[in-house]
Amino acid sequence: MDESISSLDKRIDLMRQHMDGMTQVVPWAKETGFKVTRVERGQVWGVQPFAEHLVGDVEAQVIHGGAITTLLDNLSGMACAASLEEFRFVATLDLRIDYMRPADSGRDIIGEAECYHVTKSVAFTRAWAYHESRDKVIATAQGAFAINKPRPKASLGVPE
Amino acid sequence: MSETLSRGALLEGFLANVPIVKTLGMRCDIKGDDMTTVLPFQDKLIGNFTIKALHGGAIGTFLEMTAMAQLFLVSDVERPARTINITVDYLRQGRAEDLYGRARVIKLGRRMASVTAEAWQSERDKPVAALHGHFLLSRTGAADT
Repeated sequence: MDESISSLDKRIDLMRQHMDGMTQVVPWAKETGFKVTRVERGQVWGVQPFAEHLVGDVEAQVIHGGAITTLLDNLSGMACAASLEEFRFVATLDLRIDYMRPADSGRDIIGEAECYHVTKSVAFTRAWAYHESRDKVIATAQGAFAINKPRPKASLGVPE
Repeated sequence: MSETLSRGALLEGFLANVPIVKTLGMRCDIKGDDMTTVLPFQDKLIGNFTIKALHGGAIGTFLEMTAMAQLFLVSDVERPARTINITVDYLRQGRAEDLYGRARVIKLGRRMASVTAEAWQSERDKPVAALHGHFLLSRTGAADT
């Protein structure tokens, strides 16, 4: 009963097996140092550890919002990959980020993204950044991703 | 010395000490109240190796810094503004080349400001990304903060 496992389920398994690899092949993700921690159907979680080289507010020693943009943009794109029945590359069309409160200095930031609707050509996402739970959120994001047409030799972008 | 020139010097001094600016490798070319930011290409800014495209997060960070820098340049606040929200439109793939940025303060209020910014590469008329954002001005000692 191989048909019972859709290609999406297989892809989600593959993403789970390569959670480290998914950011290792993305140079800017390697630079910011965020990690993918959990993958479910249409949902991806990650963590951005506190890092001095990402500080944007020197006085408060708080990570720049751009690191949150990077985290939530990337996780949202991955949530699309964990949601599309057939594998397609996606590209960010737009991403809106609202900052609710400053992050605490020295603490890891958890990111959570979900792809909540998919049309033929666009995937819509929501994402959250927080320290402990979504009840006390640092930032929220809303995104739209263009679903690219299939390319020959489409790959997941994970190392072989 | 004109006021705008001293704002430029203040801004340069401030940016020199911000770690994320160094991490990006971002520079500013300031002439009075006019500024172009530059993000010289580096391999670490890539988001997709197969198509050698800049990471949307790197472009977004660069545009947010560009907007904050321009706002600092044309306002009289002591500290850089805090971001309330930003929307980044990704218009074209960012190639493995230098990226340039410019921002315009649409409205400068007492407490808040609205800013737009654009990033482009070889052709000014073909922007790679555009940002629109709202920022909270930090006025120490002001009655309304």
